[in-house]
Amino acid sequence: MNIVEKILCRVSGKSRVEPGEIVNAKVDRVMFHDLTGPLTVKAFREIGVSKVWDPDRVVVIFDHLVPPNTERAALNQKIIREFVKEQRIKWFYDIGRGGICHQVMVEKGHAKPGELIIGADSHTCTYGAVGAFSTGMGATDVAAVLATGETWLRVPETVCVKIDGELGDMVTPKDVILYVIGCLSVSGAVYKAVIFKGSTVENMSVGGRMTMCNMAVEMGAKTGIVEPDHVTEQFFKSKNIPYSPGFRSDHNATFDEIYTFDVSKLEPQVACPNSVDNVKPVSEAEGIKIDQAYIGSCTNGRLEDLRLAARIAKGRKVKPDVRAVIVPASQEVYQDALKEGLIDIFLQAGALVCNPTCGACIGAHMGVISEGEVCIASINRNFIGRMGSPKARVYLASPATVMASALTGVITDPREVVA
Amino acid sequence: MIVSGSVVKYGDNIDTDVIVPGKYLGITDYEELGRHALEGIDPEFSNKIKQTGILVVGKNFGCGSSREEAPVALKHAGVKCIIAKSFARIFYRNAINIGLPIVVCPEASERLNNGDSITVNLAEGVIINTSKNEVYRTKALPEFILEILKDGGLVAYLRRRLT
Repeated sequence: MNIVEKILCRVSGKSRVEPGEIVNAKVDRVMFHDLTGPLTVKAFREIGVSKVWDPDRVVVIFDHLVPPNTERAALNQKIIREFVKEQRIKWFYDIGRGGICHQVMVEKGHAKPGELIIGADSHTCTYGAVGAFSTGMGATDVAAVLATGETWLRVPETVCVKIDGELGDMVTPKDVILYVIGCLSVSGAVYKAVIFKGSTVENMSVGGRMTMCNMAVEMGAKTGIVEPDHVTEQFFKSKNIPYSPGFRSDHNATFDEIYTFDVSKLEPQVACPNSVDNVKPVSEAEGIKIDQAYIGSCTNGRLEDLRLAARIAKGRKVKPDVRAVIVPASQEVYQDALKEGLIDIFLQAGALVCNPTCGACIGAHMGVISEGEVCIASINRNFIGRMGSPKARVYLASPATVMASALTGVITDPREVVA
Repeated sequence: MIVSGSVVKYGDNIDTDVIVPGKYLGITDYEELGRHALEGIDPEFSNKIKQTGILVVGKNFGCGSSREEAPVALKHAGVKCIIAKSFARIFYRNAINIGLPIVVCPEASERLNNGDSITVNLAEGVIINTSKNEVYRTKALPEFILEILKDGGLVAYLRRRLT
């Protein structure tokens, strides 16, 4: 069996599972945030049970509208705060205490190898980076987990994406995953689990693996996953979080499909409007004028992303007619970036540094764009209306490409700026 | 379970930001949410679907975010059933959970056109196109999913069993 089947066996109490089979699974951890929380709480109340099944296994994180931008958002957060208190939920990250939910889940050790984690957010698939089976569901499904501790899952077919080759300077895990999505398409893995393997992935940090797994959902996947290894173990040890190795696929494990990629000569990639699979090498998008450059989100707002962007921005200035917005993924990332002097570099360059939040990545606040404007962003979606006006255009790229473009005012290959 | 109506049709990969843009999330008046459904690709959608009831789309419908507001908005705009070549998985679950019938049938998605009058039998997986005198067959929904739909959604289904 492969890693996905092994995890689903454990949580369903079976000795063997087959793709296509529907299993009833016991959930190890469940997460919801301020945007999906109100509907989750409402559905939980309507189900009519009085207590959540296990308050120690519930994580609530405020991130989407932080701090609240409207009275409605403030009211929704108040409703969730009251629910957290009433249900004695152990893990609650209020404003100023956590950051973007998927970053916090991994950074604080709420996601571990071999676990089944359900979250009321589509990018819950991020925790595959530490060998967990994690997947997003809607508010009512999550309310059902809160009430029963269980959920039904269709055992997915598994796609193996094997990536080999050493990445060049300024070529990042984001470029790799954009390239893969460009090849497989936005419906290339619908309902399936994607296992990322190969030497490129083995040499990637947990942060880079999070970027890859985070975007598995953009191919329609149920989850993305990397088998736990010494990198995973080191990550937990460095944070003093207890580690157990979870599962790895058997040597004779079978996959629905296997795709192989050689990324040794890969150049930075850009996903052009309005689809995540409309991916081109940066050389084919170079010169397109931008109005805003945005670095942040659960995809690319981590310390290593900010380090890379700062390396490019150091001693340089954001083009006068461009706004650069930097959003660290969590309070911890923000603090580390401050200590390392990265925030100072951004401020010197004329960039705006915002508090950790999903911000403009959901088109609600903190850098929403207007009709006719163009934004290059290190986020995960460039759908029509994603960052504001349905008549605006969003290009997706790595933090390096976004920062390089902020400095020149046009989409730019970061290798040209640092050369 | 049988649903009847006429068809309004759109294409592939329609995402949740198009179905309900992020700026409308948090609206708890579902009728208002319904008025914004699919406005990104067709500002007239909510007026059309009230008269017709059946939404037919291509592959990967509902890709993107986990927002349950997406099927909620469609349901309250007047969608009685969605037929697609394929659905994004979170949208698929969400639609069932809020009691909105959905059918995967590539043949029907190909053959059906705007204005066709159809009848969908969910328990048997049969779609009858009375305008063209055609019948399309697909896999029937699993029994427990039909039960959830019959109860009007997962909340009512669980309430009946847990309380």
